Amino acid sequence: MATIEAIPVATNPTGPTKRITTGKVRAHQVQNEGLIFEKSSPGKRAYKLPPLDVPEVDPAALLGDLVRDNTGNMPELSEIEIIRHFTRLSTWNYAIDLGMYPLGSCTMKYNPRVNELVARIEGLAEAHPYQPESLSQGSLQIVELLQQCLIEITGMDAITLQPAAGAHGEFTGILLVRAYHESKGNARRKILVPDSAHGTNPATAALCGYEVQNLKSNALGMVDLEELAKAVDEDTAALMLTNPSTIGVFESEIHKIADILHAKGALLYMDGANMNALVGKARPGDFGVDVMHLNLHKTFSTPHGGGGPGSGPVACKAILEPFLPTPILVRRDDKTLGWNFDRPQTVGRVRASYGNYGMFIRALAYILANGPDGLRQTTEDAVLNANYIRAGLQDFFDLPYTTASMHEVVFSDRRQAAKGIKTGDMAKRLIDYGFHPYTVSFPMIVSGALMIEPTESESREELDLFIAAMRAIAQEVEETPELIKNAPHSTRVSRLDETTAARKPILRWKPKAE
Amino acid sequence: MRYLPKSPSERVEMLDQVGAASIDDLFKVIPAEYRLERDLEIPRQHGESEIIDFFKAAAAKNGLVGYASFLGAGCYRHYKPVVIDSLVQRGEFLTSYTPYQAEITQGTLQAIFEFQTMICELTGMDIANASMYEGSTGAAESIMMAARVTGRHKAVVASTVHPEYREVIATYTQHQGLPTTVVGYNAETGRVDLDALAAQITEETACVLVQSPNFFGVIEDIPAIAELAHAKGALLVVSIAEAISLGIVKPPVEADIVSLEAQSFGVAISYGGPFCGVIATKEKYLRQMPGRLAGQTTDADGNRGFVLTLSTREQHIRREKATSNICTNQALVALMATIFLTVYGKEGVRDLAIHNLAKADFAAKTFAAQPGVKQLFSGSPRFNEFVLQTTETPADLNARLLDQKIIGGVDLARWYPELGNATLWCATELNTRTQIESAASVIAATAVLA
Amino acid sequence: MPYPTQYKYTKEHEWLDLTGGDGSTGVIGITDYAQSTLGDIVYVELPKVGDSVTGGQVFGSVESVKAVSDLYSPVSGTVTEINEALNSSPDAINEDAHTAWIIKVTLSDPAQVAALLDAAAYEAFIAEVG
Repeated sequence: MATIEAIPVATNPTGPTKRITTGKVRAHQVQNEGLIFEKSSPGKRAYKLPPLDVPEVDPAALLGDLVRDNTGNMPELSEIEIIRHFTRLSTWNYAIDLGMYPLGSCTMKYNPRVNELVARIEGLAEAHPYQPESLSQGSLQIVELLQQCLIEITGMDAITLQPAAGAHGEFTGILLVRAYHESKGNARRKILVPDSAHGTNPATAALCGYEVQNLKSNALGMVDLEELAKAVDEDTAALMLTNPSTIGVFESEIHKIADILHAKGALLYMDGANMNALVGKARPGDFGVDVMHLNLHKTFSTPHGGGGPGSGPVACKAILEPFLPTPILVRRDDKTLGWNFDRPQTVGRVRASYGNYGMFIRALAYILANGPDGLRQTTEDAVLNANYIRAGLQDFFDLPYTTASMHEVVFSDRRQAAKGIKTGDMAKRLIDYGFHPYTVSFPMIVSGALMIEPTESESREELDLFIAAMRAIAQEVEETPELIKNAPHSTRVSRLDETTAARKPILRWKPKAE
Repeated sequence: MRYLPKSPSERVEMLDQVGAASIDDLFKVIPAEYRLERDLEIPRQHGESEIIDFFKAAAAKNGLVGYASFLGAGCYRHYKPVVIDSLVQRGEFLTSYTPYQAEITQGTLQAIFEFQTMICELTGMDIANASMYEGSTGAAESIMMAARVTGRHKAVVASTVHPEYREVIATYTQHQGLPTTVVGYNAETGRVDLDALAAQITEETACVLVQSPNFFGVIEDIPAIAELAHAKGALLVVSIAEAISLGIVKPPVEADIVSLEAQSFGVAISYGGPFCGVIATKEKYLRQMPGRLAGQTTDADGNRGFVLTLSTREQHIRREKATSNICTNQALVALMATIFLTVYGKEGVRDLAIHNLAKADFAAKTFAAQPGVKQLFSGSPRFNEFVLQTTETPADLNARLLDQKIIGGVDLARWYPELGNATLWCATELNTRTQIESAASVIAATAVLA
Repeated sequence: MPYPTQYKYTKEHEWLDLTGGDGSTGVIGITDYAQSTLGDIVYVELPKVGDSVTGGQVFGSVESVKAVSDLYSPVSGTVTEINEALNSSPDAINEDAHTAWIIKVTLSDPAQVAALLDAAAYEAFIAEVG
């Protein structure tokens, strides 16, 4: 039997502990919890299979020496322990459901619960990609309606829902660009990427066999038209542009950007990460974009789930339609829906089956819940919220680009860095005030960036609390900088040693040596 | 709009505070000719009950409920314990972002660390990443990883790898200067043709990629394939589409990289996604592995904690020189797999695998006993899938089965015309004896018709 | 930390020590300025013995937790030795960048050395950049 250690009794010589409230939070107990493997003991079970209704088999007889005799150190627990284990872990997470999650560029909006319900409806959730089309008409009708909605929202001509995430969408979009140029006899050599771009953009261009040419932004943080004109030539395949840009600014000369590219036969790719600023108010297809991806897990409310799954549909103009990945959805002569695999100019498949279908259901549920008026109001509220934060904080933080903000605002830590406090430190302190940090140190064109995207999901009350917290931190920089340098103070764990984690990686649990 | 937490008067007051006369002021930066001055032509705003009705109607239109299915081929029907769904719907998991801020995402990080550990235990590899999109892209990324490890730029892919995976591999590798060649299978065994494979591997081969159990359900001879690859300095990548097989089939420990599709671990098929790929490999190849990794460390007070680590491999730091462009992965689905594996655990994964083995064995024998039916590759070890060759065409056979509310095997003609009237069947723990016998009696009617 | 006067330097912040032999072999590392800019070094990507390196071209990289920095060879030549101790303790560079060498090379074109900075010129250069 294991030794039972006495639980140390807390002693408090100064009497009852004072509960400290910081902004909108007060610390409370969370349970400790070991790794699942540390809770395992042989013979505990959380499953019961029904009796086998076919003859038993001898695995060794069927598999010979391929039979596995031991499944290693997999855990053995009962159901209540499993529920407690994962519930306890969950309480260690911050989440949109708990409060504002102002990660710039990530669009952390409310994830409606009806989305989750409808994605689990029997008959949709169990549909198999190889089941007959005659038994898939409902599933396909959802694909068709979502495609129609997204084409209308983007102002493009055609779409594929196959890509599994934003970066996968970029990959697909640039493959379309490449196939288009190849069909004209020359794939071209380079892709232009502004210095303000997401890291996925250059990584994608490289994955598609292109050279990356970086494009310097102008003093306003926007594409420098002169630089662009100099950079674009007959060897340029496309410009990958995020609009609104990563500093939350609309490229007001977008039509000129498109013209410069098109004059040389190059295409305009738009990273749709920031579509939450445009839905219902402006359409990329109307302002010269040839191909773009959407992030259903950003703009269209499908949950981030701690890092995925996402979904990254790619919409394009008619000139790129022949190259879309196979299969594409078609309505047949008999009015039924089906998949067409016979596409001679296709770039090929980018994943098995048809995409992250469960996300299609959620995104469509979101569109239906909003309708045209709701989507427009959503965009307006997202932009209003960002501007409200900007107004509330611009006297306290340096605003490197004063161009009008759309759905996010980017400050710099210039003033605070002069006192030795960097954006990352203030981000950690924000945790003590009950908020998730903003995006830190991105975009790279802003030194010490604080990138704040509130989304439409925040009430004025929550925004006011956020502004108050940020102002309080700005004051702490002046008065008690040490408090910030060591933040967060209220979390389960203090700052973690990332250096040792990288120097001596421990990437899995191992049983203690016997 | 019910998701928007503002009253009309609050909007007016907020506009006033930002110094805008109207909301349109905030959109003036968009040139007038590009502003959309009309409603989007999409369905009107729906009430919640209407939304549910809409999707229920779509499900009804599928008309799938009540059908027995023998489909597999990369998407497997397995029972999903109830606790998975109740846990992953906790908002703290569902509505959290990628755990870059470790202090307030320890839950997600520890769960990923547990996932990585379980994948290592099951595959016999040293390390595993936090997930990839799904099996086909994971396989493609594995080939590119092998090219980085070896500095070589060719790959050999077995024709018994899932045909859709092979299509994706072709899409990914075409612009990488990484030509792939396909090696065929032995018509008797349904396994990779080892002689042909040996002939194709050269000093320029970065890796050999096989799937096991392969697309025909046959388990490949991994040690023999590994020996051929390693003899020429090439790596072996093993793609596993049916993860439950690991409960009873020896893990491919001779492989250098394992690309696993974890959908079988409690994830709904959902018309093909979202699924959960994962790459596992030997420790020495760590730096070339794509995707996120959670690692254990300590905090300033010495407490155990977890962080995302070794991120210099990734796109947000290394940009065009990154190991992959992957960013968002399949975290919540990996959590589902982790909970599934915890529920079944050490014994359950094995028991479940044995049930699959028994069901498929019974189904294969029962079907093959019918007139006009031959089981292909019947002498080879398999898991829960098998190939039937019939005198009747798959279209006719499946149409007759559908009349009896049975979805028959996948028609293989699209990818393997040389097999004639061949179909790929899958029987899992969810297929009852009654379903199998009903299907057999429909199949038996072939002879009568013929 | 003083910059050893017997070393030669590059504007990419590598040092070259030619004093160990007849001038045809050199030892290469990164400067104290480079290590302090990078912060805690967690990994050094080394070439293989026998690889050739080219003056001004990348031969490896050093990584901190959130940054990667390429290593540029001051001269052309062949790698004769690599500092394998850096695999297990890359922090040696943080502790003393001017003794924690990275590779040793035989020079194929000793004339390239003339183009490198001496310690005074390098210190002036880093004072300028910042």
